[in-house]
Amino acid sequence: MMRALTWHGAKDVRVDTVSDPKIINSRDAIIKITSTAICGSDLHLYDGVIPAVKPGDVLGHEFMGEVVETGPDSTLEKGQRVVVPFTISCGGCFHCKQQQYSACDNSNPVEKQDMSATLYGQPMSALFGYSHLTGGYSGGQAEYVRVPFSDVGPIVVPDHLEDDKVLFLSDILPTGWMGAENADIQPDDTVAVWGCGPVGLFAIQSAIVMGASKVIAIDHYPNRLALAKQLGAETIDFRETDVREALMEMSGGIGVDAVIDAVGMESHGFAIDNMIDVVKQKVGIGADRASALKQAILAVRFGGKVSIPGVYGGMTDKWPLGAMMEKGLQIRGGQTHVQKYTKDLLAKIEDGTLDTTFLISHRLPLEKAAEGYKNFKEQQNEWTKVVLKPGMEN
Amino acid sequence: MTRIMKTGLASLAVTLGAVAFGGFLANRHRNRDGDDAPDFARRNPNGALAKVGRSVTIRKPRAELFAYWRDFANLAGFMENLEAVETSGGQEGVSVWKIKAPAGQTVDVKTEVANETKDKLIAWRAVEGSDIETRGQVSFEDAPGDRGTRVSLTLAYDPPAGAIGRAAAKLFLREPQVQARHDLKRFKMLMETGEIATSVRTRDETRAAKQENA
Ligand SMILES: NC(=O)c1ccc[n+]([C@@H]2O[C@H](COP(=O)([O-])OP(=O)(O)OC[C@H]3O[C@@H](n4cnc5c(N)ncnc54)[C@H](O)[C@@H]3O)[C@@H](O)[C@H]2O)c1
Ligand SMILES: [Zn+2]
Ligand SMILES: [Zn+2]
Repeated sequence: MMRALTWHGAKDVRVDTVSDPKIINSRDAIIKITSTAICGSDLHLYDGVIPAVKPGDVLGHEFMGEVVETGPDSTLEKGQRVVVPFTISCGGCFHCKQQQYSACDNSNPVEKQDMSATLYGQPMSALFGYSHLTGGYSGGQAEYVRVPFSDVGPIVVPDHLEDDKVLFLSDILPTGWMGAENADIQPDDTVAVWGCGPVGLFAIQSAIVMGASKVIAIDHYPNRLALAKQLGAETIDFRETDVREALMEMSGGIGVDAVIDAVGMESHGFAIDNMIDVVKQKVGIGADRASALKQAILAVRFGGKVSIPGVYGGMTDKWPLGAMMEKGLQIRGGQTHVQKYTKDLLAKIEDGTLDTTFLISHRLPLEKAAEGYKNFKEQQNEWTKVVLKPGMEN
Repeated sequence: MTRIMKTGLASLAVTLGAVAFGGFLANRHRNRDGDDAPDFARRNPNGALAKVGRSVTIRKPRAELFAYWRDFANLAGFMENLEAVETSGGQEGVSVWKIKAPAGQTVDVKTEVANETKDKLIAWRAVEGSDIETRGQVSFEDAPGDRGTRVSLTLAYDPPAGAIGRAAAKLFLREPQVQARHDLKRFKMLMETGEIATSVRTRDETRAAKQENA
């Protein structure tokens, strides 16, 4: 038996004792977790706005650790230190071959594919520790985890890089990077990023590394905005400033060239349509609160680029369809194709191009995971990123 | 067509589980007037046999997929309602397909190859002495570029007669559709990854284990 963070309902997560994971398929490996983080995506589960999560599900999709058991077709070896992508991908299907790993055809169990196929036209692939829409795989906020397709996903990391430096290769670093890549950043571009959570912060850092001439960060938490500034961004506090007005001025009256929505389906704010969507989300009719994204679509220039790493799941009302079409926008989103980026980004961590530890505000033992969720949700200004350590003294 | 299906409630219950995979479409599925979509995508299937079907693209050569499917003993590895296939009659002879039925029962379907074109098509049908009438066809066609092979599975069945039969047919119409899709996707997983994805935590929750314990 082992300890693991389990979901029991909205705002109700607990560290329980559950059965140990086992090797099921031949390409599996079992990892003993040394570090695992709480993600903004976990907060969507915590808030109960993602369907098909079941009581007892083990959460967690950002994790790393030591290989302790391998199936006959795993290429990993016992004792290796690995970081595991949150997207589960087979490596051999049509989408994987195009490096569209988060669209893998084969990772989501067949009987779990029907629901998302109805929602989106084709089924989603699998993610660790998320909804049964995406496979219902047990996650890594636990002592141990079963990793399918362990010959494709996990990346072996060198011993001289400590956990905190490489852990975020599992999700938010590649997510921020792909968020910037999807904005197709050119050297003269002014880029605006909504949300200075971990994803937004890594998107900002990536945009700067990719050579954007100016990056503007938008949030309302002073501490998070300060982290963005420290990275080299200019900042806008949306509680104090009219964001669209400010962006028009800061881009010389053209509109920003590219916008990145690193907020997702639970955007804060009191725009009227956002309030209506809050109510709809509460009664469970699947409305996404998309006020940040709507604002971004109005702020971007004609012919501009819209990148959406922030997660949405359902529908939204009052979509600025006219602006989207008339302005000739290029829009890209998606769950991150983590496996496509891990190798390059590991090199960038190693040579110092990317700083990956500046945003960690709290390190807790796994036993205190529930406290970590509560504070990451309610004290966003101070709690910028929480890393859980199963081996840490309580 | 000879009616080989027995009537009565008992065999109806049995049929419920079994039709999920059985059925037949004798000809190519693009054989009608109108658009170019496969027959099984049309809104109102007519004719005595209800047809269901599905297509998937599998990143493997046509010949490899054909060979795997043609060895009917392999089918139980990915077809939901198929418990085992007995091929003691040899590749060309009659094989016995043990199909799961409600209440822990199984039914035997003696199956013969009705039509076969190497690396392209396999059609099978139940012969006299089977508990139910089932026919099916799988076809393999090159996908564009290096995408591999497009595999289409068509299942059809003869809806049972009578009021209860018609009510049950409604169920059949829904279920086999799902079954065909699931079976094909499991086939794809097995061919592309060597395994069938599962998120269960323990081995005794897997499909294979459940089949052994059944
Ligand atoms: N695409 C992917 O693969 C992927 C991977 C990881 C996370 N995500 C998603 O990215 C999003 C952000 O994740 P995170 O970990 O940074 O979450 P987070 O909750 O820590 O950060 C969100 C930030 O957005 C800010 N915000 C809220 N409303 C805003 C508004 N109207 N304008 C500007 N800022 C606003 C919040 O104050 C907060 O700082 C989430 O939706 C998460 O699910 C996506
Ligand atoms: Zn995440
Ligand atoms: Zn794949």
